[in-house]
Amino acid sequence: MLGLLVSVGLLVLVVLASIAVGAKNIPLAEVWHGLWHYSGTPDDVIVRDVRVPRTILGILVGAALGTAGAVMQGLTRNPLAEPGILGVNAGASAAVVSAISFFGVTSLTGYVWFAFLGAAVVSAVVYVLGGSRGATPVRLALAGTAATAALFGYVNAVQLLDSAALERLRFWTVGSLASADMAVVGKVWPFIVAGLVLALVLARPLNAMEMGEDSARSLGVHLTRTRVLSMVAVTLLCGAATAACGPIVFVGLMVPHLVRAVTGPDMRWILPYATVLAPVLLLGSDVVGRVVSRPSELQVGIVTALIGGPVFIHLVRRRRMGQL
Amino acid sequence: MDLHKADKSPAAKTDARKGARALRVGGVSVRYDVRAVVLTLLMGLVALAVAVLLVLVGGGDFPMSPGDVFQTLLGNGAMAQEFIVLDVRLPRVLTALLVGAALGLSGAVFQSVSRNPLGSPDMLGFSQGAMVGALLMIVVFRGNTWTIAAGALVGCLITGVLVYLLAWKRGVHGYRLVLVGIAASAMLTAVLQYLLTKANLADATEAMVWLTGSLDGRGWEQVWPMAAACVVLVPLILRHGRSLRMMEMGDDAAFALGVPVERVRVALIVLAVLLMGAATAAAGPIIFVSLSAPQVARRLTRAPGPNLVASALMGSALLIVADWAAQSAFGERQLPVGVVTGVVGGCYLLWLLVTERKAGRL
Repeated sequence: MLGLLVSVGLLVLVVLASIAVGAKNIPLAEVWHGLWHYSGTPDDVIVRDVRVPRTILGILVGAALGTAGAVMQGLTRNPLAEPGILGVNAGASAAVVSAISFFGVTSLTGYVWFAFLGAAVVSAVVYVLGGSRGATPVRLALAGTAATAALFGYVNAVQLLDSAALERLRFWTVGSLASADMAVVGKVWPFIVAGLVLALVLARPLNAMEMGEDSARSLGVHLTRTRVLSMVAVTLLCGAATAACGPIVFVGLMVPHLVRAVTGPDMRWILPYATVLAPVLLLGSDVVGRVVSRPSELQVGIVTALIGGPVFIHLVRRRRMGQL
Repeated sequence: MDLHKADKSPAAKTDARKGARALRVGGVSVRYDVRAVVLTLLMGLVALAVAVLLVLVGGGDFPMSPGDVFQTLLGNGAMAQEFIVLDVRLPRVLTALLVGAALGLSGAVFQSVSRNPLGSPDMLGFSQGAMVGALLMIVVFRGNTWTIAAGALVGCLITGVLVYLLAWKRGVHGYRLVLVGIAASAMLTAVLQYLLTKANLADATEAMVWLTGSLDGRGWEQVWPMAAACVVLVPLILRHGRSLRMMEMGDDAAFALGVPVERVRVALIVLAVLLMGAATAAAGPIIFVSLSAPQVARRLTRAPGPNLVASALMGSALLIVADWAAQSAFGERQLPVGVVTGVVGGCYLLWLLVTERKAGRL
């Protein structure tokens, strides 16, 4: 419990940093003024209309990805499961790219549904192809990577044939919080909150499933229902997060592992911790990305990939072959 | 997943089959499989036939009768005809054949080393490494064709070395190689996308064309380096074919049969990465050829082992057919060949995943 409070404290710190630090250097007093006494100066506009929505979106998306990662790792009993690695985000991307290029959808409200569809189809396909039963981590990761490669090949082809779409998409496909505004936040929060609640409710059955399917069944867990609901939660979370800011990898991988080091294997603790700590990682990466290459920015998806890749390699190297 | 486990039954079957013969000349004996040899030759013929067809008939807008082309090849053509045939069609077709063979061969080596049908260079991040190298040249240094190609080659090599070292832990195991490669390709993709956002639209468009892999406008300056790379690297790889075949039975078994396993593996990985890098430098990252060519070859020849020659010829055949399709299938709009291999390869990959899963092999 204390740990959770500390995590919330960390989150608050990162949120403050995210509002105070940016590509433009604004003194703290000005930031404070902009927050509480909005008077329309350029600095006020930056704080109110750029940094605050961006921070809120970062919290939402981070929570969504971290929780989705924790649910996937619990469901597949697989230490390498992650929405980015398993191709769920790529599915959402491919669907969004099709929506923008072929159906002329331009608003987030329009393409968030495509993102859900893409995420749902790909997560189901990868789960089945990776061997729903007795799936080894390698098999699942390979199925996901294969799907990702195929889908991004498609995304590239579309971008190539449609130069106007390329102009819009090359920023979106990186994974960035930079285009956040309150309208985007308003569109995605219901989906993400619904997904989070669903995931937290599933903590108990997922706990039981980690002990093996037979034990879970004998403890009264409805296996199919738990699987389907977990997939729904993952789809809601990843689809909404991807629609809002493009594919972001490795957040869902790293956070549950860090959390598990603190809490042990109990999903009832892992999920809330992941929900709180993943935004810390995402917003932290975003703040780092804003600072390192001033005056321009490094997109958050790039920062998380560069931090997450080594973590993934470390996990692969640490585990003995039997566990992998 | 365990290729060597899966290979036991086909291997046993091959030996029992009548197709396997032995050729003995004096003290030297070579065991060969009639079906495999015939089909390998057939693949080579298909590749050659489509190549000849493309040179004679062509896929472009310039109308020329095959007779004229033939005359031009003999040196009796008009200026324009000479340009079209000798400087456009011929180098393009040769590049396709060489690049296809290189991709097929390096794919066969990697799939065999990682003991995984999906362990091809495009999955392990080498293509991404090459793309990052080339994109750095396009976006940051505004390089010309040569420096872009060099960037691709160096990027591919550095990635290969890093992935190998990171996967090293008392020897390189297939699983670890694949998973480290996946992480590397994710990180490199991030760098790639960062470079794309940094570019202005003109550079970004040029980069996208390069990133899809295309045979458009390939001239003799692509053919000669590629041919040189093939002449040096292909025999070196083929020389290790026997060791590779034994390594598929497992490291211990191969070691017991006198194969210096780790040394052969390093040598093969370096050679295959170089070949892959050269191919990428010549034509951009053409995806899925190195993944699918060895698999198709293996299924057609039904021979065990890495099937190196068959994979190389299959790669040539696949790429030249894909290029033909890319030039002619979409009417006015010519697509880069990478789009065709991407779409076809993606479907093939799904099929592969399904069947391998059913057979319990993946």
